Amino acid sequence: MIASPLSILRFRIIFSATWWVIVIMDVSFLQNLFGVSFRIALIDGIVTNILLILFCLLIINTLRFYLPRSSRYLNILVWCILLTGLWIALQRWLLLLFCGSNEDYAFFLGKSLVIRAVIGFLLLGCVTLISILWYNWQEQKENEKRERDAEKLARDAELFKLRQQLQPHFLFNSLNSINALIGMKPDEARKMVQQLSDFLRGTMRKEENQVISFSEELEYLKLYLEIEKVRFGYRLKTELDIAEESLRWKIPSLLLQPIMENAIKFGLYGTTGEVTIALRARVFDKYLVIAVMNPYDADMQMPTGTGFGLNSVKRRLYLLFARSDLVEINKEKNYFVVVIKIPDTNE
Amino acid sequence: MSKIITIDDEPLARSIVKEYLQKYPGLEIVEECNDGFEGFKAIQQHQPDLIFLDIQMPKINGFEMLELLDQSPAVIFTTAFDEYAIKAFEAHAIDYLLKPFSQERFDKAIQKWKEQKVGSQKNTEELLETASHSPAQSQRIVVKTGSKIKIIPVHDVFYLEAADDYVKVHTQEGSFLKNKTMSHFEKTLDQQQFVRSHRSYIVNIQQITRIDPYEKDNHVAILKSGTKVPVSRNGYVKLRSVLGL
Repeated sequence: MIASPLSILRFRIIFSATWWVIVIMDVSFLQNLFGVSFRIALIDGIVTNILLILFCLLIINTLRFYLPRSSRYLNILVWCILLTGLWIALQRWLLLLFCGSNEDYAFFLGKSLVIRAVIGFLLLGCVTLISILWYNWQEQKENEKRERDAEKLARDAELFKLRQQLQPHFLFNSLNSINALIGMKPDEARKMVQQLSDFLRGTMRKEENQVISFSEELEYLKLYLEIEKVRFGYRLKTELDIAEESLRWKIPSLLLQPIMENAIKFGLYGTTGEVTIALRARVFDKYLVIAVMNPYDADMQMPTGTGFGLNSVKRRLYLLFARSDLVEINKEKNYFVVVIKIPDTNE
Repeated sequence: MSKIITIDDEPLARSIVKEYLQKYPGLEIVEECNDGFEGFKAIQQHQPDLIFLDIQMPKINGFEMLELLDQSPAVIFTTAFDEYAIKAFEAHAIDYLLKPFSQERFDKAIQKWKEQKVGSQKNTEELLETASHSPAQSQRIVVKTGSKIKIIPVHDVFYLEAADDYVKVHTQEGSFLKNKTMSHFEKTLDQQQFVRSHRSYIVNIQQITRIDPYEKDNHVAILKSGTKVPVSRNGYVKLRSVLGL
């Protein structure tokens, strides 16, 4: 629910102070300019202005629940006029009831109704206008907040999904390898079940551990590589070249695995025979620079759309760092190199 | 004695098939292959009675390998996860094993094959037709020249020409025959890039430098290589709409 302007203390103070100023001005005008006695001037001032404040509150509260759209402003004008009329009729009736015995005053009241109506209309109009502006502003603020929330939700969901992306192909093939090992080498089968479980647990890590140290990510990556080596046997070789100072660097979790997976697929599916995937990590000018290299056959046209996508990594880094220049892909003679740069998140 | 070949890039995946086959003394694995290239050679050499074939493999996938064979042996597909492949299998009631599979499921597949329900030539052809609509395969054309296999990225294709039962694929490096129909290529190739300009021609619009009038009602497309490709009246309309003229 949209908050009323009166829920804010500063507004309440201004509102009541204004009211008192109006009451005092009203009474002193009546007394000094029109020679009404103090007692009657006071009654007049209080009665008219209490009615006025009631009408103001009525307007403020009604608009809180029913905010006219821009095409309905004529309605508002009509309502202001009607309320003013009602206000005049009520004050005339009440004032005559209290002070009707004073004929001079009764005459003065009759004469001053028009000017009272004009002033009342202006004041009520002002209050209406301010309320409409206020509520519109509130509503807009609320919408903006909703939009921001929705955006954040979508962003979080997307990040989660990108992180979570596990290739079913990988999972089923690993299970198939385990199935084969159970018959031949039960010990290795058991080891692989363990590795696969640890790996899966890693992919399901919760949001709060989104940033982990590079050494932790590396452990996780090694787990993945062990599994892949069991799957592909002698064909897959890996070379890790990690600079000591890079190990403490903070990086988004599960970032490297898709890159490695891509390199393995590209390497293994693009060529026959033995394949060496090399990973190099260095700290360079406030960036952790990680390069993953795999051999590839330049003559081959790799099929697209089969998960050979670095797009999820790119997208993730963009969502996290709002930069699109953190992933670089280089095709050299017979090598395909993916370079990612992780900015220092400690700053 | 029936000859069997297993084609899978994962050694353990081949060994499980081997293990399950142990209870069938009449079935012998004559060769295990790591990829489609090896598979293609081994099939030509041994003429096996049955092959176990994975889909996702190095260089060329299982379907592309089958396309290259003049005479396909009976096939039992083994795959872990491949939406398009599974759709294709289901559409043509061909038996396939989803990894990991059990001995019981494997036995069933062998039983079906023995009853000759699996992988008859006709079924396989229809299957390949369906499978080639997958986005992975519409990016390239796999052909053989003699005993060699060549992979042609579609954007390297200049134009396609009908040649009896074959389609001639013209590229920078010469032309290659592929045993498919023109309408197959018309359907599977990206229609924003390849236009059937004539009953017997499909042209890569990236290669066109200009289109000249030619005789009455007809046109001719001049390619970057200087080759002239006939354009029929109908083809001219299609070309104009794709080129946005």
